[in-house]
Amino acid sequence: MSSSDAAIVVHDLHLTRGSTRAVDGVSFTVPRGERFGVIGPDGAGKTTLFRMLTTLLVPDRGTAHVLGHDVAGAPWMIRPQLGYMPGRFALYPDLSVAENLAFYADVFDTTVAAGMARIAPIWSQLAPFAARRAGALSGGMKQKLALCCALVHRPTLLVLDEPTTGVDAVSRREFWDLLDTLRGDDLTIIVSTPYMDEASRCDRVALMQAGRFLAVDTPAGISAGFPLPLLALRAADRIGMLSVLRDFPHAVGAWPFGETVHYTDARVGAAPALVLAELREWAGAHGIADLEGEAITAGIEDVFIHRLAEHERAA
Amino acid sequence: MTTPAIETTNLTRRFGDFVAVDAITLSVARGEVFGFLGANGAGKTTAIRMLIGLLAPSDGEATVAGANVRTDPATVRRRIGYMSQRFSLYDDLTVRENVELYGTIYGLSRAEIRSRMTELLERIQLTASRDTLVRQLPLGWKQQLALMVALLHRPEVVFLDEPTGGVDPITRRRFWELIYATAAEGTTVLVTTHYLDEAEYCDRLSIMVDGRIAAMGTPAEVRAQVGVSTLDEVFLTLTRAVAAP
Amino acid sequence: MSAFRGLVRKETLHLLRDRQTLAILFLLPVVSVLLFGFAVRTDVRAIPIVVVDVAPDAATRALIARFAQSEQFQLHGTLRSEATLDALFQAGTVRQAIVLPTETDRRLVRGERVVVGLITDASDPNTGRVMEGYAGALLRRWHAERAGVAPSGGVSLLTRMRFNPTLESVNLFVPGLIALILTIVAAMMTAISITREKERGTMELLLVSPLRPSAVVLGKVAPYVVLGMANMLTVLLAARGVFGVPMRGHPLVLLGASLLYVIASLGLGILISTKAETERTAIMAALAGLLLPTLMLSGFIFPLEAMPRPLWAISHLIPARWFLTIVRGVMVKGAGLADLWRELAILAAMSVALLGIGIRRLAIRLP
Repeated sequence: MSSSDAAIVVHDLHLTRGSTRAVDGVSFTVPRGERFGVIGPDGAGKTTLFRMLTTLLVPDRGTAHVLGHDVAGAPWMIRPQLGYMPGRFALYPDLSVAENLAFYADVFDTTVAAGMARIAPIWSQLAPFAARRAGALSGGMKQKLALCCALVHRPTLLVLDEPTTGVDAVSRREFWDLLDTLRGDDLTIIVSTPYMDEASRCDRVALMQAGRFLAVDTPAGISAGFPLPLLALRAADRIGMLSVLRDFPHAVGAWPFGETVHYTDARVGAAPALVLAELREWAGAHGIADLEGEAITAGIEDVFIHRLAEHERAA
Repeated sequence: MTTPAIETTNLTRRFGDFVAVDAITLSVARGEVFGFLGANGAGKTTAIRMLIGLLAPSDGEATVAGANVRTDPATVRRRIGYMSQRFSLYDDLTVRENVELYGTIYGLSRAEIRSRMTELLERIQLTASRDTLVRQLPLGWKQQLALMVALLHRPEVVFLDEPTGGVDPITRRRFWELIYATAAEGTTVLVTTHYLDEAEYCDRLSIMVDGRIAAMGTPAEVRAQVGVSTLDEVFLTLTRAVAAP
Repeated sequence: MSAFRGLVRKETLHLLRDRQTLAILFLLPVVSVLLFGFAVRTDVRAIPIVVVDVAPDAATRALIARFAQSEQFQLHGTLRSEATLDALFQAGTVRQAIVLPTETDRRLVRGERVVVGLITDASDPNTGRVMEGYAGALLRRWHAERAGVAPSGGVSLLTRMRFNPTLESVNLFVPGLIALILTIVAAMMTAISITREKERGTMELLLVSPLRPSAVVLGKVAPYVVLGMANMLTVLLAARGVFGVPMRGHPLVLLGASLLYVIASLGLGILISTKAETERTAIMAALAGLLLPTLMLSGFIFPLEAMPRPLWAISHLIPARWFLTIVRGVMVKGAGLADLWRELAILAAMSVALLGIGIRRLAIRLP
């Protein structure tokens, strides 16, 4: 793919902040119009990566081209086309909702009216509170206002750094629904999140940890890449079950997932029914008589945990 | 079982005309892990502030760790531990200095602080890093340390306000295993979270909507009450029923 | 241009919304004028004085009458000899005494030299100097009326008071106050408002916008120019209304100099904000780096002439020093452009340089 077709082309990007290698050799390409997610915990390097993409930081090594321009050499070519939502919502709490929006329109030398077509679906939810101070909004509404402010100048690339952090589950879901309304306009979106369950809302995702990408693929591709038998298990004594499962000779991992425990077996290609039978016997011998379960397809979180654990074992 | 660790009757808090917490009644048994859920702005924070004796109730009663929050907030605060995601530890102090500071604040003797520090740091395998600045610890360790500090004075009840925000999925689960170990020792845990899968790990939970408790019980009971199969759906169904601003 | 207008509008809204700070910024000038005018003033009123008049005549009676009528003195009476003076001073009954010679009137008429003794309680040296000055001025006026020869001997006149014959200390303080308040409003508020954006994370978004940092900062500081000028006028009006402080020169010269000084202060504020990451650091830096020198090294509190050589040399780098000279010149001496062009030129050069350096230092990226 040539760099002109792609919104973002990153090659072997490095940046050390203080004594930590915040971004440590990341390469990826985001085609125009795609919604690309970077998923990882706090401290994984997501914010540093995004700050390089938004020309706020200069890489130590490697290159990043955004909308065809080098982030280190041509920040002023990139900035006007960028919509950016930093980790902390960059709103002025003492200004009203409408004043915040008008200000960001002014900054980009445009008007709210000119950007209205783009933000209309989001703005319609905010309009009733236009006169309210931004500081008095709920977390979900702040998030929507910040998104409007990032979109009002009709950017071609939207960079969202953890837009859903600290927001409740309902508001998170609504936020992703709003992003859906922006589809089909050749708008590229790159978004970071610590919530694994949000991966399914992206076209492609990268799993990030300790400055590196553990995997880059479509959500389905990442799930399909899980190499080992995986079972969801239930028992009345969930805590007791955990330690019993971890002691099983072929166990790679056993972690609580909601009301079940996800168990990974070390034997590639082993039949899940057989594994389950062995586990029931093992559990029965160790005081867990009611173990039940079934084979499941790995989710993003299973993959992440698996890769993280591999990483920890290697370290 | 003896008296509950937390018991409220029609606990209410008004701010002017706005009713932030609207007559909530709940009871949490000793040694229980209780999930305290709700959308942003549903009144969770206000309710917790009343339970830890920081905010006087407008109406109703609440007893926490055997003391009345209205008449004896000082005793309540002595008998509870509190950990919030935003503030718990001093970044510019070392692990040891933080532990010593909180030990002193809660009136522990020098010897008690030392033995308790050894025990708690051992539990989270942080002993080797005791002279590290908290700022330099990874987030996951910081949060585990914050929990240990909240448990330093052997509180009867510990309040955890979004303790697992932003950490990786393994650290998140390890943190919950610490919560279980805490409860197994008889400490009552009241925890808030935005991760609904975590709520499944609670013995019982409540979901606040608009200042009231909209559902309460074991995760299975709550799912059955609302008639859906996951807590995620429970949460959506309950909070979407109200047009939130 | 719409971006610049937007910035100015937004910053003005911030100012208007923060009622507490705004109230402080407008009360500050008034309160400090009153404080310096009433409480901190070094002029002294109703000094208990006694006159030793060995041989009363028309001239001594005229002098005694002057003391009796003066607001600055409270005449404790006249004595025929110096015998009881020590006791009166020790008891604190009087703080000053005039000892007149014999044949005063005749000597004055003949144009002879009159030696008048002036004894002052100097237990508080500052007050003592002021009292000495008052009495000297009164004696000089009396002498000018009665004869053409200067009285000498125990009377010393301070040249500093040549243009301030009534010796009102408030006249000397007001120019310093203007400098101080403009420093607070222009430099400190600018530094605070920029670092606040850094702390809130909004600076990150402004950096990512197509606006050049210079445009961001100029748009942000513009309202503070207006606020600073408004504050200066408040000080002037308060000083004039309450204490009758004069405005002998042309007000436009004063306004022009204030504008230059505000710009220099803005430059300093911007410089601070390029280094400081938090509001707290910015406030501390402004206090230590700007307010103290403005107070100590500008000639506001300590006279430039009395400074040790190294400090005196440093004072040349302080914009407030030049500003103070201009303001005092215009207000008290009635000086104009012809007298002050040198100071104005230096101040202008400083403001251009400071603003320029401040803007050049602004980063286009995060640190």
